Amino acid sequence: MSAPRPQLSRLTEGPRRPLTRLDRVLGVAGYFATVSLRTWRSWVVSRFVQPVFFVLAMGFGVGGLVDRSSGGVGGVPYLSYVAPGLLMASVMQWATSESTWPVMTLLKWNQLYVAMLAAPNRVGDLILGHWLVICTGIAGGAAVFVGVTGALGAVVSWWSLLAILWAVLLALAFITPLFWVASVATNEEHFSTIFRLVVTPLMLFSGTFFPISQLPTVLQVIAWATPLSHGTELARAAFLGAPLPPGWAGHVTVLVLYAVAGAVFARRALARRLET
Amino acid sequence: MTTDWAGGDQEGLALIEARGLTKRFGDFTAVDGIDVEVRRGEAFGFLGPNGAGKSSTMRMLGAVSPPSGGSLRIFGLDPDRDGPAIRARLGVCPQRDLLDEELSVQENLWVYGRFFGLTRAEVRARAEELLEFAQLTERRTDQVEPLSGGMKRRLVIARSLINNPELLLLDEPTTGLDPQARHILWDRLFRLKRQGVTLVLTTHYMDEAEQLCDRLVIMDKGRIVAEGSPRDLIAEHSTREVVEVRFDVDDHADHATELQGVGERLEVLPDRILIYAGDGDAAAAALVDRGVEPLSTLVRRSTLEDVFLHLTGRTLVD
Repeated sequence: MSAPRPQLSRLTEGPRRPLTRLDRVLGVAGYFATVSLRTWRSWVVSRFVQPVFFVLAMGFGVGGLVDRSSGGVGGVPYLSYVAPGLLMASVMQWATSESTWPVMTLLKWNQLYVAMLAAPNRVGDLILGHWLVICTGIAGGAAVFVGVTGALGAVVSWWSLLAILWAVLLALAFITPLFWVASVATNEEHFSTIFRLVVTPLMLFSGTFFPISQLPTVLQVIAWATPLSHGTELARAAFLGAPLPPGWAGHVTVLVLYAVAGAVFARRALARRLET
Repeated sequence: MTTDWAGGDQEGLALIEARGLTKRFGDFTAVDGIDVEVRRGEAFGFLGPNGAGKSSTMRMLGAVSPPSGGSLRIFGLDPDRDGPAIRARLGVCPQRDLLDEELSVQENLWVYGRFFGLTRAEVRARAEELLEFAQLTERRTDQVEPLSGGMKRRLVIARSLINNPELLLLDEPTTGLDPQARHILWDRLFRLKRQGVTLVLTTHYMDEAEQLCDRLVIMDKGRIVAEGSPRDLIAEHSTREVVEVRFDVDDHADHATELQGVGERLEVLPDRILIYAGDGDAAAAALVDRGVEPLSTLVRRSTLEDVFLHLTGRTLVD
């Protein structure tokens, strides 16, 4: 048996006790946190100012008409109906923009993935650390949103805070598949296409502004096959203090499936590009 | 018995031991069965033209790119299995800088140190020393993007030293730098070598290899064509001196016959003829005796470039 080695500083030359996976993920998260904090102004605009504009326009502008003519949606004032929908649609947009261009930057433009892999990190650590920071930012954005909509007069309860959890789960259902797309994408044109053909239609047809049951069957099928509708159902119930909608386990399952499948594909695709 | 992450790390053991190391990309063989051994404290070079397989070799030595064949041990560890434990003890200075140009100079060091599990205090203290070493202390809070190429390179070297590595891998450390920036960098690398850091570098500059390397291999088309100290390689594959002769013609081959027999050997290049001779001045005098009147005659010492030319028939930098 060897004598136990004394606890040495990590700066000591020679063999060192290996970093745990958590050490490595937190190290990577430290980098992404530094980058995010540098651009906090744009975070405030996208996470706070824009959603508030939407809530004001839809909740009060459109809401005034809806509430007068039909007494809200299913008895719920339109502001309270649309607020969770706008939150989840915003989460989808935040998640999408954080998982497309930035990934191509790391892979192709500044190639920091290569520099990070020269350190003890593995590919899995790079994406987990990055996702941790993206999700933290989105959870913060969701919390601000819940507070602001409550202050503006939408129905909120302590259960509304559950919507922060659903926001993170929905975010992951977009982040991990999009990391996979960005890892195999050859140029950034694909990302504008994703916004035009995926993000915008989903926002329109996933129950953000009106119940999905209003739509033709084809669009209903598309809505239920994609993540946003499920996130919106969960968040809306939480906002209205339900706290879980009927069929909540199914909604959660769909989101988890998207997130897990995306994570597996993303890790594999990145390893294929970086560890050649 | 040592714990498995420590490796068989006894004194005098090779830090790098490669046998029949091979890297294939599809049908293309980038590295074709090379044997390399690097010992602690030495400065070891891979000299070769672009496309010789130097960078592919370095990526395998950096425990990032899995070998397609042969065996490789770094610190006695298997890179396939112990990649993170190996990389914790390596410094890597890649061919491209790969800095976050939007962060400041010191932020680039801080975030990188965290990848090695250094505490905040350790990172700050180490970054302080390294900024001094890289002569970047005055630029510490500046954004990286507008820095000169030489400063960025020094920052990359500082970054690669953040974990106090035993082995520093440098892939073409001075390519693209102006002569002054290169000399500053060589000076810094020389200091590291004197401190006992093992250096492994690739280069296609013969003067860099001669300045920095105790021992080197010459690579061509994925294979090692010669190995030894710069001095031994020159002694073995070239003559002591070389006479470079230029004529006012388009094709120097026209003049090859009239130089036949001068020196030990001739090498005809498109823009000049090289005469290999033990005594360059005597060879130059022999030209005058023959009545040959070149545009210019230059007598110089033999270099690794001549070794490379002799072994492969091609120049290093086109």
